[in-house]
Amino acid sequence: MDRAAEERIRDFSEVDLGFTAEEAVAEAQRCIQCKKPKCVEGCPVGIDIPAFVKAIAEEDFKKAVTIIKQDNMLPAICGRVCPQETQCQGVCILGKKGNPISIGHLERFVADVEEKRECPIPAEPSGKKVAVVGSGPAGLSAAAELARLGHAVTVFESLHEAGGVLMYGIPAFRLPKDIVQAEIDAVKRLGVEIKTNHVVGRSVPVEELLSYDAVFLGTGAGLPYFMGIEGENLPGIYSANEFLTRVNLMGAQNFPIFDTPVKRGKKVVVIGGGNVAMDAARVAKRMGSDVTLMYRRTEADMPARLDEVRHAKEEGITFMTATNPVRFVGENNAVCGVEAVKMEIGEPGEDGRSSIKEIEGSNFVVEADVVVEAIGQGPNPLLLRMMPDLARNRNGSVTVNEVGQTSIAKVYAGGDVATGAATVILAMGTAKDAARAIDAKLRE
Amino acid sequence: MEEYTIIQAQALSDAVFEMWIHAPQVARNAKAGQFCIIHPDGAGERVPLTISGTEGDNIRIAFMAIGTTTKLLSTLKAGDVLRDVVGPLGCPSEIAEGNETVVIVGGGVGVACTPILAEAAKKAGNYVIGIIGARTKDLLIFEDDMKELCDELYVTTDDGSYGIKGFASGPLKDLCESGRKIDKVWIIGPGMMMKVTSEVTRPYNIKTFVSLNPVMVDGTGMCGSCRVTVGGEMKFACVDGPEFDAHIVDWDDLMARQRMYMAEEKQSLEYHEEHHECRCRKVN
Repeated sequence: MDRAAEERIRDFSEVDLGFTAEEAVAEAQRCIQCKKPKCVEGCPVGIDIPAFVKAIAEEDFKKAVTIIKQDNMLPAICGRVCPQETQCQGVCILGKKGNPISIGHLERFVADVEEKRECPIPAEPSGKKVAVVGSGPAGLSAAAELARLGHAVTVFESLHEAGGVLMYGIPAFRLPKDIVQAEIDAVKRLGVEIKTNHVVGRSVPVEELLSYDAVFLGTGAGLPYFMGIEGENLPGIYSANEFLTRVNLMGAQNFPIFDTPVKRGKKVVVIGGGNVAMDAARVAKRMGSDVTLMYRRTEADMPARLDEVRHAKEEGITFMTATNPVRFVGENNAVCGVEAVKMEIGEPGEDGRSSIKEIEGSNFVVEADVVVEAIGQGPNPLLLRMMPDLARNRNGSVTVNEVGQTSIAKVYAGGDVATGAATVILAMGTAKDAARAIDAKLRE
Repeated sequence: MEEYTIIQAQALSDAVFEMWIHAPQVARNAKAGQFCIIHPDGAGERVPLTISGTEGDNIRIAFMAIGTTTKLLSTLKAGDVLRDVVGPLGCPSEIAEGNETVVIVGGGVGVACTPILAEAAKKAGNYVIGIIGARTKDLLIFEDDMKELCDELYVTTDDGSYGIKGFASGPLKDLCESGRKIDKVWIIGPGMMMKVTSEVTRPYNIKTFVSLNPVMVDGTGMCGSCRVTVGGEMKFACVDGPEFDAHIVDWDDLMARQRMYMAEEKQSLEYHEEHHECRCRKVN
C-alpha cells in the first residue's frame, strides 16, 4: 500500500495509500474480538477498538467512525501519525504469533471514507466562555470537546494557519494538509472561533486571557533545542522546526514561486532519531539532497515510529548510528562538515535505551552543506514568561494535576506543554481530560 | 473595517515606503522597540518590521523594498488588505521612568524605529536627543516626526547633501566627548552601522542598546532562525530581543547569518521579474 520509493521521493504526496474497502474489511475480519481487549488498554484515549473493527468487518463504516469519535475527534490524523506499534497494535494478541491487526490503517480508512466529517451536535449553550491557546492537536481537541459540551470557545493561534505541528511540522507526504484542514473545519463547524495571528502574551494580553471563564493552554513544545557545540550558528545549520516550517508552512520546496527560501544541500546531515528527524531527512531527500541521518545510539533505540524508519531507509537515507556530533566545520561563512565521534554502545539504562560512551580519538568529519538538528523541543517560553505565577516543573513543562489543572485555578493545560514533547494522541488525550474537567468546574 | 487593511501608503524615497495599517490587536498592545510580521499574500515571506508608531487601531511601518515580498508590499495601495499582520512581537525597549538623558541614533531605514522610541522616552519624562542619518538627502526619513519629538535633533548625510556631513556616529562622538551626562543610547540601523556606532559609547561605559534584525520565520521563538550570540550565549532575537546590549553582541555572527540567503534573494527577484504575472498569485 506504499507508493514505490523511487517514485515518492520526487514529490510531497502521501506515501502510504491506505486500505481499499476490500482490504479493510478483510483485515477487520481477522480480529478475534478478545473478551478482555488489550488494544483498548494500549490506546492512550481508550477507543473501543474491537467495536469499531467489528463494524468495519460488517461493512458499517459510518458506525465505525462514530464509535471512534466518542473518544477521538481526529481519527484521520491519529490513524496516520500514532505510534501504533507501541500502543494498540503492540499489545494485540494476534501479534504474538503473526501480524497484529492494522488498527491504525483501519482507523484511517473509516475516517477517510466519511465524506463530510460529521460533528456531534453541541449541547445547550452553557453561557460560559473558554479561551484555548494554540491550535495544534491539544488545542483542537480541547476546543472540540468544550464546544460539544456547550461552551463558547475562542482559539488563539500565533501563526497564520491553524493546526500547529500538524501544519508546520509533519510533512504532507505523511499527513496531507487537506486532511488536517478538514479536521480543523469540522472543529469550526462546532462553533469554535479560531483567531490566527493572535499571540497570547503579546497581541492578547494575559489579563484579557484570564477574563475568560476558563483557559486551556495547548502551546506545545515549540522551542527547538540546539546541541550547544562549536560552529552552530554557521549559515546552513537549521533546527528541524525551521527547516520543516519553511517547507510545510511557507512552501519553500516551491521556491522561487513561493518567496521563502530553504537551502537545498548537496549533502545534508540530519541529527536525531525521532519522528521529526525522519521527517526532516525525507523532506531534504525530496528536494534532491543526499541525506545522512546521524544518531548517537542504535537503530533499535530510535524513538521514531517503525514505519518512519522503514520509509526513510527505503527512500535511500543513509543511517549513521552510534555517532555523535562534536563540532560544525565552516568554510566561506557556511557549514561544510560535521565533526563527529563514534559512541560505544553499552547495556540499556533504566529507560530501556542503550547507554553510550564517547570513544576517545574516534573523531572524523562528515561532509555537509546543510545540517538539520532534530534533537528535541521544549515548551515555548513566550507565554510562560508572561505568566510567572504559572508553576512549572524541572524540565520547564507546566505543572498540572491529574485532570490538567495548573497552579492558576481557572487555567488548564494539556499536550506537550504539560507532558513534555510526546505524541499527537497523548496531546489529544490530556486535552480531552482537561476539557471535561473544565466543563465540570464551569457547571459547579 | 476589515483587519489588516492598508489605510495609507506612500513612498518616502525611491526604495523606502511608509504605511499605516488597520491592525487593532497590534496597535492596542504595541510598545516602543517591538516589531510586527507582515505576510502580504499566501506565497510571500513573513517580513519582520519594527513598529514605527500607533494611532488608535492603526500601526505605522516603514520598509525598504529590497526583496520580492517587500517589493510586492511596496506596490500595494490604501484600501488593499494584507493577508496577515501579527504582533506586537519581541520585548519592549527598557525605557527608564524619567530624569535620564537618552540618545536615539537611527541610520537608513532604521530611522523608522526611532519615533515610537523617542515618543515613549519623552513621555516617560526623559531628555531625548535624536541623531538620524542617511546616505543622502533623498533617503532621509521621519525628520519631521523626530524634530517634533526630540529635545535636540542632529541630522547627518554621508555625502553632505543635507545636515552634517558624515555618519551618525559623528554627533554621537561629539556628545560623548563633550562630557554631558548620557544615561542610555539606542542605535538602530544596518548591522555594520550598529557595530561601528556602538564602539563610540564603549569607552564611556554608556548603556547602549541595538535592535537586531536577523532573518526570521515565525517570530515567536519556534524556529531559531534568528539566533544571535550575545555575551557568548545563544539568544533568539524574536523573543529574547530584538534589543540587546550593543557591547556584547557578536556582530560577525549576526552579519554572516543575515547574508545567508543573498543568492536566493537575487534568484527570486530575477524569477519574479521574468514571471510578472505570478505576482497575482491566487494562493490566499
